[in-house]
Amino acid sequence: MVRNAMTGPELSSTVRLMLNGAPQELTVDNRTTLLDLLRDRLDHTGTKKGCDHGQCGACTVLIDGRRANSCLLLAVAVDGREVTTVEGLEDDEPHPMQAAFLAHDAFQCGYCTPGQICSAIGMLDELAEGWPSAVTAGPVHLDDAEIRERMSGNLCRCAAYPNIVAAIREVAGGD
Amino acid sequence: MTRTWQAAPSVGHPLTRVEGLDKVTGRARYAADIALPGLVYGWVVPATIPRGRVIGIDVAATLAMPGVLAVLHPHNAPRLADIGEGTLALFQNDRVAHRGAPVALVIADTPERAREAAERTAVDYLPEPHDADFRPDHPGLYTPDHVNPNNATTTDKGDVDAAIAGAAVVVDREYRTPAQHNNAMEPHSATAVWADDRVTLYTSTQYAYTVAQSLTRLFGLAPGTMRVVSEHIGGGFGNKGAPARPDAALAVMAATLVGRPVRVTLTRPQLYPLTGYRTPTAQRVRLGADEDGRLVALEHRAASQTSRLVEFTEQTAIYSRAMYAADNLRTSHRVVALDVPTPRWMRAPGEAPGSFGLESAMDELAEACGVDPVELRLRNDTQAEPASGLPFSSRRLAECLREGARRFGWAGRDPRPAGRRDGRWWRGTGMAGAHYPARTAPTTAHVTALRSGDYVVRVAATDLGTGARTALTQLAADALEVPVTTVRVLIGDSDFGPAHGAGGSMGTASWGWPVVTACHDLAHRLASGEPLPPEGLTSTFDSTDAVGARRDLSRYAFGAHFAEVAVDVSTGEVRVPRLTGVYAVGRVVNPLTARSQLLGGMTMGLSCALLEESMMDARFGGFVNHNLADYHVATNADVGELDVAFVDDPDDELNPSGVKGLGEIGIVGVPAAIANAVWHATGVRQRELPIGPARAITSGQ
Amino acid sequence: MREFSYARARDVDAAVSLVADNPGARYLGGGTNLVDLMKLGIERPELLVDVTGLPLDEVVDDGGRLRIGALVRNSDLAAHPLVRERYPVLSQAVLNGASGQLRNVATTGGNLVQRTRCGYFTDPTMPCNKRMPGSGCPAIEGEHHNLAILGASDHCVATHPSDLAVALSALDARVGVQDLAGPHELPLEDLYRPVGDRPDLELTVRDGALLTGVSLPPLPAGTRTGYRKVRERASYAFAIGAVAAVLVVADGMVSDVRIALGAVASHPWRARIAERELRGGPATAEAFEAAAVAELDAARPLRDNAYKVPLTRDLVVAVLTELAR
Repeated sequence: MVRNAMTGPELSSTVRLMLNGAPQELTVDNRTTLLDLLRDRLDHTGTKKGCDHGQCGACTVLIDGRRANSCLLLAVAVDGREVTTVEGLEDDEPHPMQAAFLAHDAFQCGYCTPGQICSAIGMLDELAEGWPSAVTAGPVHLDDAEIRERMSGNLCRCAAYPNIVAAIREVAGGD
Repeated sequence: MTRTWQAAPSVGHPLTRVEGLDKVTGRARYAADIALPGLVYGWVVPATIPRGRVIGIDVAATLAMPGVLAVLHPHNAPRLADIGEGTLALFQNDRVAHRGAPVALVIADTPERAREAAERTAVDYLPEPHDADFRPDHPGLYTPDHVNPNNATTTDKGDVDAAIAGAAVVVDREYRTPAQHNNAMEPHSATAVWADDRVTLYTSTQYAYTVAQSLTRLFGLAPGTMRVVSEHIGGGFGNKGAPARPDAALAVMAATLVGRPVRVTLTRPQLYPLTGYRTPTAQRVRLGADEDGRLVALEHRAASQTSRLVEFTEQTAIYSRAMYAADNLRTSHRVVALDVPTPRWMRAPGEAPGSFGLESAMDELAEACGVDPVELRLRNDTQAEPASGLPFSSRRLAECLREGARRFGWAGRDPRPAGRRDGRWWRGTGMAGAHYPARTAPTTAHVTALRSGDYVVRVAATDLGTGARTALTQLAADALEVPVTTVRVLIGDSDFGPAHGAGGSMGTASWGWPVVTACHDLAHRLASGEPLPPEGLTSTFDSTDAVGARRDLSRYAFGAHFAEVAVDVSTGEVRVPRLTGVYAVGRVVNPLTARSQLLGGMTMGLSCALLEESMMDARFGGFVNHNLADYHVATNADVGELDVAFVDDPDDELNPSGVKGLGEIGIVGVPAAIANAVWHATGVRQRELPIGPARAITSGQ
Repeated sequence: MREFSYARARDVDAAVSLVADNPGARYLGGGTNLVDLMKLGIERPELLVDVTGLPLDEVVDDGGRLRIGALVRNSDLAAHPLVRERYPVLSQAVLNGASGQLRNVATTGGNLVQRTRCGYFTDPTMPCNKRMPGSGCPAIEGEHHNLAILGASDHCVATHPSDLAVALSALDARVGVQDLAGPHELPLEDLYRPVGDRPDLELTVRDGALLTGVSLPPLPAGTRTGYRKVRERASYAFAIGAVAAVLVVADGMVSDVRIALGAVASHPWRARIAERELRGGPATAEAFEAAAVAELDAARPLRDNAYKVPLTRDLVVAVLTELAR
């Protein structure tokens, strides 16, 4: 029933996951977070560590298409899942969200940017599914207040917020 | 709608960031992103007492833990030179200067193992009585020799007391600002690698060259041994300024000890005691004016704290030296050394808290005199710096005030407070002036023409999100009279030679000087037919003499901020639906990135007005809310409409690029503008930051 | 973070058998609170039993009661059509908590048993009676601006940070639990122990019990519900005041009312006194205020959190007034 249960306490585990479409299999210290796995083991350093406690959003990735803080996910617990990071968004061309962030200057230092972009992509999918927000309970019209609320899990100390809102609005086709 | 490169002349065009694609794709490598073979990890063991001695560290037990390679501590650490910087004298004795100070560094083969071993390292202390309680009447307050960075502690012109005694209208108030932390998104990180008798330090610093120089002295290294690389910086706001922060010295120490590359990355909570913060301030502002609001006297006194390690005195009151005309003007500072972490720069040190004092007091004066707050500031405008009498190289405060009032729709504002109820909200508007010094420091830059037709600029500048790399590309392209696509600007490497850091809003002004001059020289050499050798033709310029030869003038950027607020009538929640900032900042090299910097400054000002406070528990000497869940910085939903505009501000007395710098002026005065608007909305003066619901509701009862 | 072993539970019985009787074992759901606390050194499990594969992730109508599995993610809960239609207060409360990313991962059960945000609890170098019984409570004289005003003790003034639980409290939720004795249910209110002199003991259920879900009774037709949260930041922050309310008004009179307060106590605070005052009386702002004042008569604010008393009072009035409109 339980991996390792017969052999006493195993402090590491084998993890298999799809990272940006490519299968990965490696043995990890059970303590390793998905964020550290990406950064320290797989050299996917696009995903950033801002707080390591789910308080800033810089580590946001997409797990099976949903946005999540990779710093609070144990790598062992995402076994079998599909993980998309900022490195996996490009398809020859930059993803439209990446292009919009560049065009609108929706970042300054760029450190929160991969998380913002992954979050924005996940957020638009949530919107397409009709998910409500603290701003709107009913059918959603994607105005600025809606984007601001839905993107508030990503801090940007440079405060490119107005430009982030503009970039997302462009991709969402609003305006 | 992706913007494409513009042909020269490039300055004035909104080019997207030259490193922008690397940043949006995750390819940009920050300090902690550099992959190195054999890399191991250092983890800080922080002091858990605010003052005393370390009497024992169970090093043997830690060394026996899985993966641990070494423990750095006072008994095995290299002896460091005294470079006058207490925060870098790491492991040189058994003293604990504040809670959170490093008492050891554990080095292990994985970050997980380093962290666990550091957390389990047993340290015995001999605590001593401590004092971490800043208060405006602290008996330990004294007058320092100078205030940050090298300003006079006191200025005194005329007879303030007599003028106030005879003034028709007097405002005499105390203002408080709390400790605040910069909280750049990227935590400090340093990775040191020895190779070929040189040590390369990949670190997140605003001051690559300065840090290399100071660490060279600290470790007693031969000149040229230390190289600091800081290609991308995840924000700093002063927090990654000079001197080096402890992570840099710890990485060098550890790499030297274990003979492998070592990375020391601080955790978010470790940043609070180790990397600097804005001191709390207590200010008293006395204004004397005639019945029309013309100042006859201005006094600004400020108190702040420093640590036992370093005397750092926030230059809070200097804001009042250059802002409004007053024949009788006195500014002064006092500081008290406590058993607390060392305060440092945070975006507009001095001007940010000081403008809260003066611009709030000006609003109170406007109320007392019955004069419109914009008009009051216009009446007290001046063309000579009030404290020194020096003429300004240019001062377009009045233009900023008028243009800001126009854009914001200030005209016809009913000055009476608490008169605008809109459903659950009280609404109000407020404003404040702003200034920030326009300084320039010596720097060396190199420009190379290649046979490919491209040009490479090298200067030890850093770009912490300011857009410096992009601005320098544009300046160089125009100076060379070539398209920006042919110019590559390399920065963030101390090997490029002496350069000022990215601080004091001096970056583009300081780096642009030698870049532009060297480019002009190179263009001239090429035009005059000088042959282009295979390795390229290089011009170098050191701006030291040129900067020193400038006329003695008072050089400042000016601005004005206007805020609209809504205050919930029952909960005291304060929202800022609208902020307008208008600036005279010399030449704007790139309006896209310039606007972004000002948006960022204004938002940080909003954040400081409403949210930010580092809560010191003086009994323990530590900041209790040392994380991003409990220390609130503004998030997307806090920010409403931000309007940024520039007034034309030509100034030939600055530097070859004509820029004044705009990284900091955006924060100056914004907290006062918001506090003044909250008064206008509610009728309750806010003389202490932040103005959270707690304060708004208790003061609103 | 200390080393630990990791196991995936095959079914609920197996999960409970691994964790019950093993003080070093913890269930791992979304992990948004547990992993956070493990990094801080507050939680030091030797074994994590990952329960996310268990079939406790559905929202179903069970003869009028709504059953919400403990592993239903916050986002799915808030977006679920039955929740939005029947219990809008629950959807609103969830959406006012945390961030989109966290809500995608955090679970219903985990939310109920999350730990306090008190800065002394979350710093292992500080004393804290909740973490180290008998070590003292520095918050009482220290940084407590967002700590409890109701139901606290001389031993602890921590608050419960949940939004979701506040709404569930106002909805008379029952909690499903399984331990070695088998499955059972209890009212949400009974899940939390009063603080007393043992703030380390937070729950009434046995160590190692697994929360399996919550269930909600139907609301009568004409019921209006609402949630309002005040926080220092406009989003992505814990409450400094929160009110969940369920109100039925007929002919200007309150026929039913249920009020739960957040950010005031060690658990969601059911405002029974206010409810008693209001039931059968007029649905007016004056009555709402009198009821809120009566409830808050028991408030014992500290030096720096007295603002919460008028804040909570005014929030109750504002929410009920809006619902009665």
